Amino acid sequence: MIGLITRREYLSRVKKKSFIIMTLLGPFLIAAFYGAIIWMAIGGANEETLHLIAVNDESGLFQEDLKNTGRFQFVKTNNEVPVEDVFGQLNIPKTATLDQPKGIVFVSENSLTLTERSALVNQLEAVIEKQKLLRAGLTESTLDSVKADIQITEKISSEEGIKESNSAVNAGVGFVAAFLIYIFIFMYGVQVMKGVVEEKTNRIVEVMISSVKPFQLMMGKILGIALVGLTQLLAWLILSGVMISVISAFVGLDQAPQTMEQAGMNAPVAMQQGGEAGQVLNAFLQLPFLKLIGAFTFYFIFGYLLYSALFAVIGSAVDAETDTQQFMFPVTLPLIFGFVAAQSAVINNPHGELAYWLSMIPLTSPIVMVVRMPFDVPWSELLLSMILMIFGFIATTWLAARIYRIGILMYGKKASWKELWKWLWYKG
Amino acid sequence: MLSIQHVSKHYAGKTALNKVSLEVREGSVFGLLGPNGAGKTSLIRIITLITAPDEGEILFQGQPITRDLITRIGYLPEERGLYRKMEVIEQALYFAKLKGLSTQEAKTRVKDWFQRLDMWSWRGKKVEELSKGMQQKLQFVLTVIHNPKLIILDEPFTGFDPVNAEVIKQEILHLKEQGSTVILSTHRMESVEELCDDIALINKSEVVLSGEVEEVRHRYKKNEFEVIYEGEALEAIEGGTVLHTTTLKNGQHRSMLSSQTESPKQMLHGLIDQREVHAFKELIPSIKDIFIEIVGGSI
Repeated sequence: MIGLITRREYLSRVKKKSFIIMTLLGPFLIAAFYGAIIWMAIGGANEETLHLIAVNDESGLFQEDLKNTGRFQFVKTNNEVPVEDVFGQLNIPKTATLDQPKGIVFVSENSLTLTERSALVNQLEAVIEKQKLLRAGLTESTLDSVKADIQITEKISSEEGIKESNSAVNAGVGFVAAFLIYIFIFMYGVQVMKGVVEEKTNRIVEVMISSVKPFQLMMGKILGIALVGLTQLLAWLILSGVMISVISAFVGLDQAPQTMEQAGMNAPVAMQQGGEAGQVLNAFLQLPFLKLIGAFTFYFIFGYLLYSALFAVIGSAVDAETDTQQFMFPVTLPLIFGFVAAQSAVINNPHGELAYWLSMIPLTSPIVMVVRMPFDVPWSELLLSMILMIFGFIATTWLAARIYRIGILMYGKKASWKELWKWLWYKG
Repeated sequence: MLSIQHVSKHYAGKTALNKVSLEVREGSVFGLLGPNGAGKTSLIRIITLITAPDEGEILFQGQPITRDLITRIGYLPEERGLYRKMEVIEQALYFAKLKGLSTQEAKTRVKDWFQRLDMWSWRGKKVEELSKGMQQKLQFVLTVIHNPKLIILDEPFTGFDPVNAEVIKQEILHLKEQGSTVILSTHRMESVEELCDDIALINKSEVVLSGEVEEVRHRYKKNEFEVIYEGEALEAIEGGTVLHTTTLKNGQHRSMLSSQTESPKQMLHGLIDQREVHAFKELIPSIKDIFIEIVGGSI
C-alpha cells in the first residue's frame, strides 16, 4: 500500500512542469549562487573607490608618511575646511604628539564605510608606530627585516594515520554539505506539509483513510517526496558534473582543480592563499570521502524523514496553508539554531561541548554532525549519533502519526498546541 | 451481516454516540437517519475503522471487524474529494488498486463501470475539468469499484441533479440485487421509502427508533383516514371526529377523519349512508413525518 501511495506522490510531482524546470535550472542557479559568493569574497561587491583626502596636519606628525593606496589619495592642505573636490579632510591639531596623537578629526560630506574607516585608522596607526620605533633607535632596514610571512601546513593524526588537513577546507566542505541538507529539509518538508493540507482541504483524506491506514498515507507521502528530492539532487549532480567538465574544457585543464575547489570550499581562503592552491587541494583530496559521503547520505535522508513527519503534523493540524505559520516556527527553530550554531560555534570549535551535544540531539545532528565530519569525528561518536538519530526518527514518526490520524479528520477549528497534545492520546 | 453492539464514543467531553446497537441484515438497504450532528458520521467512521469506539464492538459477518476486512467495505464519505490534477481514469485505477485489486482486474472493472455510467468518453480529463455532478459520479464508482460486500454511503445524493440522482438510485438497487448490503446515511427523507428496507433514526447520539420501514410506519399510524365524497361537507361523524375538510376544484370534499378504534368500520357505515363516497384510505405517516415528529419535538 505504501508503495502505491509513494508511487503516486512521486509521479504526480516529477511530471509537473515546475519540477522539470527547477531540475534543469537548478545547476545554473547554484553556479550563479557560488559565483556571487566568490565575487563577494574577492571584494567585487565592495569594490574600492578611490577617495581624495585632504590632510591639514598642524602637528607635523604625518609629514611624509601617508602613502597613497587603492582607497585613498592624500593631498596636503592648509585650509580649515575641505574644498569641493576632495572627499573629506583630515584635521590633525597642533596638540597631537607622538605619545598622545589625539583630537584628530575627519570632515566629509559622505561618511566613510566601515572598511574604509578601519583602513584609514590602520594607516594612521602604522605611521605613528613606525615613528615610535624609529625614535626608539631602530633603523628602517631593521624594520623591513622584521616582517615575517608564515604559513602553516596542518596535519591530523587520526585512526587512519597522519595526513594533511586544512581547517578552512574542512569547514568549507562541512558547511556546503550542511547547507544542502538544510535546504533539502526545508524545501521538501514544506512540500509534505502542503501535500497534507491539500488532501485535507480537498476532502480526499477521508476517502483515502477508509482504504489505507493514516500512517501508510503519511509515510507514502513522505517517501514519495523524498524520492522526488533525491531525483532532483541526482539530476543536479549529473548536470553540474557535465557543466563543470564543459567549463573546465573551455578554461583549460590545469584550471579544473581550482574550479572544483572554489565550488567545494570557502572561496576567500582559496583566493588569499593563492599559491597554496596545491596544498588546499591536497587537504581536500585527503578527506575521508567514503565516511563523509556515507554520513552525509545518512543524515540527509534521516534528517529529512524526521522533519517531514513534523511537517506532516503541521499540515494535518490546520485547515489552510495560511494557518501553518504558528506551528512552523517552533518546528523549524532547532533546524535554524543548528545551522546558525554550525556557522559559528561548531566551525570554530568542532570538538567542543556545544558541537558535541548538538551533533547528538536528533533535531540538530543532521546539520551539526555533517559540519563536524571533515574534522575527523571518531567512529564511536558518529555511531552513537546515528543510533540516536534512528531512535529520534522512530519516536518522532510515531508521535506524528498519532496526531496526524486525528488532525486530518478535524475540520473547522484552528488547532492549538493543547489540542495537538490531546489528540496524541486519543484512542484508536 | 453487520452487528453494532453498545457502541459509545466521546470527544473531549462531548458524547457523539451513546450505547448504540443496530443490526444490518445481509442484502438489505439500511437507512441511517438523523439530523445533522446526531452522530451518523461518527458511527460510520467507527464501522470503517477510521476511529475506534470507546466502548462496544462491531461484528462483520459474525466476527469483530478488523483491518483485513476493510477491502470488503466501500465507503463514500459525506466530505469527499478527489485529486484534482489527476486524470479520471488514473484516479479510478489508483483507488481500485488501493482496495487490493490487481492492475489487470482494476482496468477491467474501471472500464465496465465507466461504460455503464457513460463516463468512458471523459476518462482522459483531469478531475478539475469535471462538473460537480461528474465528480460525484466518479466518486460513486470509486466507492463500489472493488465489488464490496458492504457499501456505506453518507449523504450520497447531495449535489446531484435529479437525473443523476435517479441513476445512482438505480445503481444502489442494482448493487443490492447483486447481493451487496448498503448502509445509506441521510438527513433527506425523500428517497428513504423507495430504497430502504430497514431504518434507524439517530438523534442526539442515541438510536431513538429502528425497524423495518413498513413496520415503523404502521407503528406510528394514528387511525387517521382520508375520505373524498360528494354532497355537503361533513361536520361530525359517528365513531370518530372530523379533523378538517377542504373543497376540491370539482366541488367534491376531502375530509380528514380520526377513528376512535383501529378499524374504520363504524365511520365507514355512517359515511356510505350519508354521502356518495369516491375514495377512502388510511393515512399512514411517511418516514419524513415520523422523523419530523420525533426530531422536531426535541429541537
